[in-house]
Amino acid sequence: MLELTWLIPALPLAGFVVLLVAGRRLGEPLAGWLATAAVGGSFVATAVVFLGLVAEPAAERRFGQVLFEWVPAGGFSVDLGFLVDPLSVAMCLFVTFCATLIHLYAIGYMHGDPNFTKFFVYLNLFVFSMLMLVLGDNMLVTFLGWEGVGACSYFLISFWHTSDANASAGKKAFVTNRVGDWGYMVAMFLTFTALGSIRYVDIADGAAGLTATTATAVALLLLVGAAGKSAQIPLFVWLPDAMAGPTPVSALIHAATMVTSGVYLFTRMNGVVAAAHPWVSTVIAVIGVATALVAASIAVAQNDIKKVLAYSTISQLGYMFLAIGSGAYVAAIFHMITHAFFKALLFLGAGSVIHGMADEQDMRRMGALRKLMPVTAVTYIVGWLAIAGVPPFSGFWSKDEILLFAWEKSPVLWFVGLVTALLTAFYMSRQVFLTFFGEARWDEPLEDAVPELAVERGLLPYEGENEIDDDIEQVYELDHLPHGVGPKEAIHPHESPWLMTLPLVVLAVMAAVSEIIQLPVTNTTKYLEHWLYPVVEQGEHHLTASTATKWGLAVVAIVAGAVGILGAASIYLKRRLDEQPAAPEVLRNGWYYDSGLAAFMGGPGRAAFEAVAWFDRTIIDGAVNGVATVVRVASGGLQRTQTGFVRAYAGIVTAGAVLVVFVLILRGVVL
Amino acid sequence: MIVGAVSAHLYLSLSALLFGLGAIGVMVRRNPLVMFMSIELMLNAVNLTFVTFARELDDLAGQVVVLFVLVVAAAEVVVGLGIIVSVLRQRPGATADDASLLRG
Amino acid sequence: MSVASLLAAADTVPAPDVEWSALSPFLVVVVGACLLLPIAGLLPRRTRVAWSALFTIAVALGAIGASAWVWHDLSRVGPTERTTVAGAYAVDKFSLFLIVVICVGVILATLLTEGYLRREDLPGAEAYLLYLASASGAIIMVTAADLIVLFIGLEVLSIAAYVLAGLHRRRLRSGEAALKYFVLGGFSSAFFLYGVALIYGATGTTNLVGIAEYLATHRLLDEGLLLAGIGLLIVGFAFKVGGVPFHVWTPDVYQGSPSPVVAFMASVVKAAAFAGMLRVVVVALSTHRLDWQPILYAIAVLSMIVGAVLAVVQSDVKRMLAYSSINHAGFMLAAVSTGADEGIAAVLFYLAAYTVLIGGTFGIVTLFGRRGDGHHDIDDYRGLARREPFLALALTIFLLAQAGTPLTAGFLAKFYVIQAVVDAGSWWLGLVAMLAATISAFLYLRIVLTMYAGVTDADVEVAEPTAEPVRRIHVPLGAKVAIAAALVLTIAIGVVPDPLTHASRTARPELVAPGD
Repeated sequence: MLELTWLIPALPLAGFVVLLVAGRRLGEPLAGWLATAAVGGSFVATAVVFLGLVAEPAAERRFGQVLFEWVPAGGFSVDLGFLVDPLSVAMCLFVTFCATLIHLYAIGYMHGDPNFTKFFVYLNLFVFSMLMLVLGDNMLVTFLGWEGVGACSYFLISFWHTSDANASAGKKAFVTNRVGDWGYMVAMFLTFTALGSIRYVDIADGAAGLTATTATAVALLLLVGAAGKSAQIPLFVWLPDAMAGPTPVSALIHAATMVTSGVYLFTRMNGVVAAAHPWVSTVIAVIGVATALVAASIAVAQNDIKKVLAYSTISQLGYMFLAIGSGAYVAAIFHMITHAFFKALLFLGAGSVIHGMADEQDMRRMGALRKLMPVTAVTYIVGWLAIAGVPPFSGFWSKDEILLFAWEKSPVLWFVGLVTALLTAFYMSRQVFLTFFGEARWDEPLEDAVPELAVERGLLPYEGENEIDDDIEQVYELDHLPHGVGPKEAIHPHESPWLMTLPLVVLAVMAAVSEIIQLPVTNTTKYLEHWLYPVVEQGEHHLTASTATKWGLAVVAIVAGAVGILGAASIYLKRRLDEQPAAPEVLRNGWYYDSGLAAFMGGPGRAAFEAVAWFDRTIIDGAVNGVATVVRVASGGLQRTQTGFVRAYAGIVTAGAVLVVFVLILRGVVL
Repeated sequence: MIVGAVSAHLYLSLSALLFGLGAIGVMVRRNPLVMFMSIELMLNAVNLTFVTFARELDDLAGQVVVLFVLVVAAAEVVVGLGIIVSVLRQRPGATADDASLLRG
Repeated sequence: MSVASLLAAADTVPAPDVEWSALSPFLVVVVGACLLLPIAGLLPRRTRVAWSALFTIAVALGAIGASAWVWHDLSRVGPTERTTVAGAYAVDKFSLFLIVVICVGVILATLLTEGYLRREDLPGAEAYLLYLASASGAIIMVTAADLIVLFIGLEVLSIAAYVLAGLHRRRLRSGEAALKYFVLGGFSSAFFLYGVALIYGATGTTNLVGIAEYLATHRLLDEGLLLAGIGLLIVGFAFKVGGVPFHVWTPDVYQGSPSPVVAFMASVVKAAAFAGMLRVVVVALSTHRLDWQPILYAIAVLSMIVGAVLAVVQSDVKRMLAYSSINHAGFMLAAVSTGADEGIAAVLFYLAAYTVLIGGTFGIVTLFGRRGDGHHDIDDYRGLARREPFLALALTIFLLAQAGTPLTAGFLAKFYVIQAVVDAGSWWLGLVAMLAATISAFLYLRIVLTMYAGVTDADVEVAEPTAEPVRRIHVPLGAKVAIAAALVLTIAIGVVPDPLTHASRTARPELVAPGD
């Protein structure tokens, strides 16, 4: 059964080729169905391979399949080969599963789009690349997939862009990803120099023999690569902008799969991290937790439904990096899987809302949608509870496990992670309340329903002295996106077709129950840990915490989540919706933090979040754009030497020649 | 004999000087024809070097090289004049500096 | 003295032993060039079938065939190299490999030129004759085992190339390009020749084998002469390949020359110059590796960075590609500077891949230039994906390949270079190379993005019925064949590089004393 491995990437590739050649002729919706079938077939193939692997004894779950020798290179050669082991199969399972559902959803979501087939061409190519990334048996094949997913992400971000000024989002993704690619490339060559091979099998075997310095260099370079792909500080700027792409793309690429490839890479290379100086893992953990905190605090200040989810994704990826830095590889993969389910669910749900709201993405224009979009609302709430860390939904378990490892690494990391968890619960609750609860703000023209939004969009003259320049700027950015700005007249929301709600339901179920793969109840129920252990044994940290500590931390985490949710409820629910009985008795009576929290979140807290968001927009974006500026300025100086005069050129050539001869003689004779 | 007394170093220095003069000529003159002549001067300076070495080493090959170089220079003359004439025909009286549409 | 004794004396005149079969690739090209002149003269000015172009292609194919035959012969006989004509001409797998590359460059350029000449209403035949003449010079360069022979090859190559740059007689810029190329080319040739003279003075010979033997067995009292000679040789080679700071002519000449000619220059001229550099500097002067290595290292770094950085800010696509060619030259120079066998193989692979890529790229650029060859501003490329989806897609693939995207020829070319550099222990050079690759990716992307800006399927459907102000680009048959071939090769080399890799590794330049 393991021999079927090649089918896993081959099916999406075949889908891509067929759609590329005959896509136009197939048209809508046949092209979409074909693409879905290709990815679905890939899922089936993965399942078959998975069963084959299960049948093997645990120690022998490692199977290589070489298609052909790809790069013959002197002493070593690189094969185009696949490595089937517990890690790659686990990745393939959830990638193909999510991809299939998202393809299905996209058939409904992209209905009527003039570029319907083109969309699925890219989507299939993306899945193929992602599977190559995961299945590759060496760093070069992974790099092939790495570049491939980057290119597809890039094309799909620019999918709806009609003028090149708007392609700047895609450009930003490109720049930051190139920085990451550079790190990956250097890491690859360094690995090759140190070990004489870039096959994962050899790396796993040889990592322990690496000198700490070499291993440290490789790990840090991998961190550069992973930070670019997985949107960590300081390379995360591109991900929020990437939300300009169609929502299924955001769900598939910018939430569930591609952005997690940095985490995958580290898990794959855990032996190298283990062999590096201990401070390397601390660096990874700190970057992860800082990213988690910063992104979560920015998410609080967003009004665009997709931007909230984008920053949330960055924040959750930060958790995964925290896990890696704490030696919790299994927990990282666990969280990656649960996150894939609930974040894909949330994105698809947001897409369903946007679809029903006639392309309106601003949450201030929504509200009370749960009655009109019941399926979307219920599934979204499941996703919300999962990400907010409410037991027994999946997110609670995976996040709890990461926080446990972080506690062992350092209580400081744990504390920051806990604050992030609180913020996460807060901003997600805020989103849910603004979108599905409260009063409807869509049934009147924009000027009447949400005046401040109308001002931002330039529909109403601006009066007053508040500094909203920044917001205006932000909205202008949004204005470039044809799918970002809804109509100004009244909107008539409606539930989405079954093609879109079916994936929501399936994902909601997964978001609710996927924790069964790794329940910490007894040792035997930690299926994922037993499954992955042969792959991660070099790097995995072994917990020493007592059961009491574990319970204590879990309770604290639950409380933090509850505080976040209740805080949001007190601000966004109670104020807007008096008849709503959801605000519990305790809240109205005893919780004196209620008003205080509301004041904080509305006043200084809000200002702080706005400040972080501003910093992100201005400084970090500016840094990325600054690279381009530096190149421009440097080249301006160089360009001046290119005067167009032959005589000047002769002078340059002569000067160069004199210099060359001078240096040669100086070095050879005098020295 | 006076000639025999002149050491090879002087010939080599002379040819280096001529080469340098040619190079400077290319850099300072504006007339394409004169620039071209300066390049010919450089080639001939090299010829002098070859002959000097050939005599010094008592090796005939160095002198044969000069013949090759002369042929090559003649070929360059033909083509070079053709190019210069065709440019001047489009823009009569143009100097080398006038040909600077392409830059940056 | 009787006639018989005269004849007997004539027999004793030493005539070099010429092994004609080994010379066959060169002879095919030279004889073909000589035949093309009368053939083209006999043909009417305008013919329906492009006989001259077909003849040129046939000659190039013949030369490829002859090379394959000699290659096979070399593999069969055992010793992998031999010299002919009194040690002046080295036939080894290195030269045969590059002859094939040169002929492929000629074929691609010829295919593109045919349509170009018709579009621009220029007389034919001269261009093809010059291609063949220049290629014969290039072949002399890649086979030369003597510095003087190398110089003659260089001049034959260059003189024809000067004329090619000015092929479009009515365009001022074409003339300017020719003038600049000529003046600076002649200038740098003089430097090169001076270098030859100094090395002759230092070692007493111009033969590469002789030089290598002399340097291996003698300790020079005065290294200065030799070192200055090496420096000037490097200057000459660096000029031809467009290495910074000897690159100054490249952007102007590439921008002004007719687009198909640029494809020729970028592939054939570069291949020949790199061949000379490898054989002379890396192999014959290997004893002085520590002297020349830092120089090449510096030129490589400068070329990679300056080429990439300046390319990003250009607004003319041809000029952009010229700077990108400087960047590519930097990569190859980096591999040369290792002085190792791996580096040589990497250069050969790069040259082969680059010839294909540049042929395809300039093939499409030629078409996009439209009549007058003037529409090369980046703004002229805006939205081309809508009007010319296939050409835009092909150009995208070529540019992505140049940027080094996996599964294309360009990726492996860069990969081998970096691998060779890293293997040789030059970590910093490897880092710079990767950085340069990163920067230069912008420029390719910029062109691609411009082409695809503002394009949706809907636009196509809406725009098609209404008469477009700009007419569709007519793609001549020759250009179709060239672009298709280049596309197939680009992908094929990227996916199945083994044959080319193997060949490039077998083709090491050798030094053989005559009479061995």
